[in-house]
Amino acid sequence: MSAGLKSLLRGIAMPVLVLVLWEATCRAGLVSPIMLPSPSAIVIKWVEWLRSGELLLDVLGSLGRVTGGFLLGAGLALPLGLFMGSSPRIYEYFNPIVQVLRPIPPIAWIPMSILWFGLGNPPAIFLISLGAFFPVLMNTIAGVQNVDGIYLRAARNLGAGRSTMFRRVILPAATPYILAGIRIGIGTAFIVVIVSEMIAVNNGLGYRILEAREFMWSDKIIAGMITIGLLGLAIDQVMNALNNYLLRWHRGMDN
Amino acid sequence: MDYISINNLSKTFQGSERSVPALLDINLSLSRGEFVCLLGPSGCGKSTLLNSIAGFIQPSAGEIIVDGKPVREPGPERGVVFQEYAIFPWMTVARNIAFGLEIKGTPANEIRDRVDTLLETLGLKEFRDRYPKDLSGGMRQRVAIARLLAIDSPVMLMDEPFGALDALTRRTLQDELLRIWQESRKTILFVTHSIEESLYLANRIVVMTYRPGTIKRNQVVDMPHPRDPSGAEFNELKRELGLLVMEEQERHTSDEMKAL
Repeated sequence: MSAGLKSLLRGIAMPVLVLVLWEATCRAGLVSPIMLPSPSAIVIKWVEWLRSGELLLDVLGSLGRVTGGFLLGAGLALPLGLFMGSSPRIYEYFNPIVQVLRPIPPIAWIPMSILWFGLGNPPAIFLISLGAFFPVLMNTIAGVQNVDGIYLRAARNLGAGRSTMFRRVILPAATPYILAGIRIGIGTAFIVVIVSEMIAVNNGLGYRILEAREFMWSDKIIAGMITIGLLGLAIDQVMNALNNYLLRWHRGMDN
Repeated sequence: MDYISINNLSKTFQGSERSVPALLDINLSLSRGEFVCLLGPSGCGKSTLLNSIAGFIQPSAGEIIVDGKPVREPGPERGVVFQEYAIFPWMTVARNIAFGLEIKGTPANEIRDRVDTLLETLGLKEFRDRYPKDLSGGMRQRVAIARLLAIDSPVMLMDEPFGALDALTRRTLQDELLRIWQESRKTILFVTHSIEESLYLANRIVVMTYRPGTIKRNQVVDMPHPRDPSGAEFNELKRELGLLVMEEQERHTSDEMKAL
């Protein structure tokens, strides 16, 4: 048996064992199906949800909010971070505000965001963009501030002006930091989207699992949780691929 | 007329506790096409002198004139090969070499031809589309040299460029540099603490004193290239310069002991 196959089997063994025990416990009637529905019931519910077309809409709704909120937040954070990182004066102007606002969790903004934006997508997008904004901002600042001086000197020596320096030296040199910030930012955005859907909107995965609780559809709640997990995994995989592509020149963060 | 002339140059670094006199009243001239080595122990100010000519360091007193113009800031006419690997890791070898030309606004087809020629000259052809992380130290310094040859800097300032390389790679690159120098007749100022390296390369060796950096000896080396490091003349000079450098090294050591 090849090493790859062995490792695959080991990886599968535990989940299979857990599922079998779980199913057996439920079938034996040891727990109420409301407290813990069986895996098979969850799968059946999930397929039913998928077939109704509702699942796809929920997934697209959540994804759309994450994307919109993230693009807004990161799109504002990136230029601000580049300016703050490269100009001590701009840094001095903005840093105190950033330091005060940054530790406030996006969740704490929920009441104000509802007052400001009402219900629906606007407060959700606002909250998600807040979640993405600060990680991207902080990392962009750090990335620019940590550009190795030797590259700046080499570029000046070769005759680089301000704009070339920015585009072709500072920005690429800061990319490892910026991408790390983007990963954290998108992770936060994904947490915030689920929460904000539980409050402000009436579709999306977060809304759906809360709605299912009202009807005690615990099979649907768990099916929704698993979908959220898979979606998060997919986002992370995409980010990973993007990271590897953009940093193909880089040895790794430890260098 | 002198191509590079350094007149009464002094540099003192102001620290928070004490100030360090790095260079004191340096007077030195280089003619066009000379290959001069600055030799001395670490702390003798040779890198400070090189960085002043490059325009990275503003002198405390005195002036530097290159090709009739006083040095005020860094510029491509005074190309630097740094001690650390300063080629850009996010650019391929070809992009690194092209960078200076792109800044100048050279047409793309001209850049391509120039880069191709340089890749060929420096034995980098197979590494064209590789990133620096895939290159050995010697290859990276070849790229750094090619980057300056691309923009045709008439002056090349080299700050211990081969210091981190193993002995064999170092010798290969020294030979390559000599070949480039003989073909292009660039003016080269080369900082090193290796007596043998300076004797192998330079037509003039400037030995510097330890703190403050002054010129201890201006030694013309008129042996023809390629030089034989085991030859009698080579070794006689090596012995002589060795004594001079060791005097300074001892001052360096006793200074360090005092600092403890």
